[in-house]
Amino acid sequence: MQIGSTHIEDTFAEAFAMWGTRVVVTAAGPEWAQAAAQSMTGFATSVIGCKCEAGIERALAAQETPDGRPGASILLFAMDKAALGKRLVERIGQCVMTCPTTACFAGLDSGHDTSIGGKLRYFGDGYQMSKKIGDRRYWRIPVMDGEFLVQDRFGMQPAVGGGNLILCGTDAGTAVAAAQAAVAAIRALPDVALPFPGGVVRSGSKVGSRYKGLPASTNDAFCPTLRSVAGATGLRPEVNCALEIVIDGLSEHAVRCAMAAGMQAAARPGLAAISAGNYGGNLGQYQIRLHSLLNGGAVP
Amino acid sequence: MTLRLELRAAPEVPVEADCITPDRLRQLPIAEIERLPVFYGNRQVPLAEVFTVSGAPGETIQLRGDMSRVKHIGATMSCGQIHIDGHAGAHLGAEMLGGTIVVSGNAGDWVGPEMRGGRIVIRGSAGHLAGSAYRGAAVGMTGGEIIIHGAARNEAGHGMRGGLIAIGGSCGDFAGVNMLAGTVTIFGAAGIRTGAGMKRGTIIAMQPLEVLPTFAYACEYRPSFLPLYLLHLRRLGLPVTDGQLSASYRRWCGDAVELNRGEILSPSI
Repeated sequence: MQIGSTHIEDTFAEAFAMWGTRVVVTAAGPEWAQAAAQSMTGFATSVIGCKCEAGIERALAAQETPDGRPGASILLFAMDKAALGKRLVERIGQCVMTCPTTACFAGLDSGHDTSIGGKLRYFGDGYQMSKKIGDRRYWRIPVMDGEFLVQDRFGMQPAVGGGNLILCGTDAGTAVAAAQAAVAAIRALPDVALPFPGGVVRSGSKVGSRYKGLPASTNDAFCPTLRSVAGATGLRPEVNCALEIVIDGLSEHAVRCAMAAGMQAAARPGLAAISAGNYGGNLGQYQIRLHSLLNGGAVP
Repeated sequence: MTLRLELRAAPEVPVEADCITPDRLRQLPIAEIERLPVFYGNRQVPLAEVFTVSGAPGETIQLRGDMSRVKHIGATMSCGQIHIDGHAGAHLGAEMLGGTIVVSGNAGDWVGPEMRGGRIVIRGSAGHLAGSAYRGAAVGMTGGEIIIHGAARNEAGHGMRGGLIAIGGSCGDFAGVNMLAGTVTIFGAAGIRTGAGMKRGTIIAMQPLEVLPTFAYACEYRPSFLPLYLLHLRRLGLPVTDGQLSASYRRWCGDAVELNRGEILSPSI
């Protein structure tokens, strides 16, 4: 199948069951909310090395946030509920509480939740105070610019990680431009995060390594420099650069919509093909076939 | 489905009608509701002697007439709604657990004493001891909301240990006296000795007030929790201004004769 001159490979993205949550950070100004959000989503590209994956979903206007201040919406994913709770405590404690003027709220209502503010409150060394509005408890932790306000419990829900597109360009410039267009299109959508720098990863990986103890290693099938030496290549002959976009979402539907939007935005002359990364269908719970996303087929 | 109770005539003596709750009435037939006992002064009479009963029993009860002398309406209720077109008597929503009571007029003393949940909205003013502990008890309301659009009299939130009291108008003396936790917000002028004996909790006084000498000034800052409360109260119809949302607040800690973990916040002028 084709989108214009771009060939869509008959393959699938192999995605995994994860747990995800949404965190809303607010601050006195949008620049501080963004600073906290960027810090909180830093070093969160892959669960392989970072224990979690995270991305900024979007900036929030003042009228969209619980306290009427500008903010940012962050999505954070981990392999299970317990790990997600630990990462939230670490990252809100180290990256949001430390940032001037911020407050932190749960952005997801679900049947599953975990105590976050209730753990961070101990930083207050006995001077912390709690406030409850309706059913929601908040903790006021005294800090040097006044108080850090953090919601007691954060909701979390089953999610999908590892949706992906591999953009195969005839040259690096075209591949980068296609990736940027795809990222822009995906970032306009709700419930998805792109955890890698600028939303793009060049060091896509395969499972395992010839070296003991390494859980992952370079995806040689998509490295153009290894076309003649690696066992099997996934690249067409005219391809000289491949970039991957990894998509984590709060639902399979959100990931499928994001992949479909990314493909449409990326396709262009010079982008020879769009492929996807998988492990032969042996590891992930979700197989998202690229062809099923074309012609308005994003909804499963 | 709404059950309608209308006063036959303004009572000459206090009426005690703690049976008027959705919990009690929603599953009873009209005839049985009419036979429920209420106290007319010291005389027990069937409810139908005091009220005309109509409509259909359900989650909502509508009361009409001057209920200034009808006490204990909604006491211990846990669900549903009571709408009172007119004034309400004392002990409205006493020990209430949930649901909503809305009074279009004024309410007497003891609005929501020792309530644990739900919401009471008074469009007019309230008497003494809203949300308070009963005499001899140490703990007043522990949860829920009392929203008074008008004024409140003395000892609002006495012994309060949780929940929210918001007073749109002025407030009498000893607001938040012996408070243990929770939040009292006063939009009008506060009386004297606000927060006396409070251990923990928050009193937000929107007008300048005389702070007891056992409260120590801490700082002027923007409490990050305050917009949550103020936006919530604005949604409930209280007169929250943009200036109050964006203002810096002065903080006093007290009461030093007790635990000293309470606070009074007042916008700086």
